[in-house]
Amino acid sequence: MNFEDIKKILKTKTVGIAGCGGLGSNCAVALARTGIGKLIIADFDKIEESNLNRQYYFYDQIGQAKASALKTIIQRINPETIVESHTILLEPANIPSIFKDCDVIVEAFDRTEMKEMIMKVISNNFPEKHLIMGIGMAGWGANNLFTDKEFGNLIICGDGVNEIREDNPPLAPRVGIVANMQANVVLEILLGKNMNQIG
Amino acid sequence: MKITLNNREEIFTSDKLTIAEIMDLKKFTFSKIIVKLNDIFIEKEDYDKTFVKESDNLIILHLLAGG
Repeated sequence: MNFEDIKKILKTKTVGIAGCGGLGSNCAVALARTGIGKLIIADFDKIEESNLNRQYYFYDQIGQAKASALKTIIQRINPETIVESHTILLEPANIPSIFKDCDVIVEAFDRTEMKEMIMKVISNNFPEKHLIMGIGMAGWGANNLFTDKEFGNLIICGDGVNEIREDNPPLAPRVGIVANMQANVVLEILLGKNMNQIG
Repeated sequence: MKITLNNREEIFTSDKLTIAEIMDLKKFTFSKIIVKLNDIFIEKEDYDKTFVKESDNLIILHLLAGG
């Protein structure tokens, strides 16, 4: 498939991104660059200076709502990607209506309670939809630990071991790797396995 | 019994075990865990009431903060 064929397929697809922090902002940008038709993004939070070590925002956006700032960034990268942004705290009551039209959903939260919550809500409400989660990305180095694991419609990207702590913070390279692994899995689901690729 | 645990075949001598018993046997000791049995999400309070049987597909995953 050449890039025009790829874009023709992706243009018809909608991807949901739950959380617009390190995973969500980087994953959304990668998907917009490849030509996804529509992104539905949601986060309740505002950009803080401490986010800029890994999240795809700019110094002059500090204080803005993440979901709307990310929409602005995506429109500057690819104006053809439609972005529906929600500045809202995602919870069991609103997740089904916000993400019902998505072909694939990306989990991009930081807290484990939120990761568990969305996994449960998607599993109970949309068992047929793929959910792509990010688990294990703190610190630096150790590229060889990253994998994706498929459990039916649940796919886990990350190293599976490195949790963020005061002495093992999330940093741009490893968070960006996992965000882009998630975007890469989205493409594999939407386009099918790449037959022209080795491996 | 023979089940699939995290995509791998596992054989247990008992032919009926709860999810909590399997977690204990396989040393899933983390506090933050998610469980799916045959694609159904299982609540924490049901781990010791839900039985796993021959040819079931069980997923037990450790959750880690960060994102």
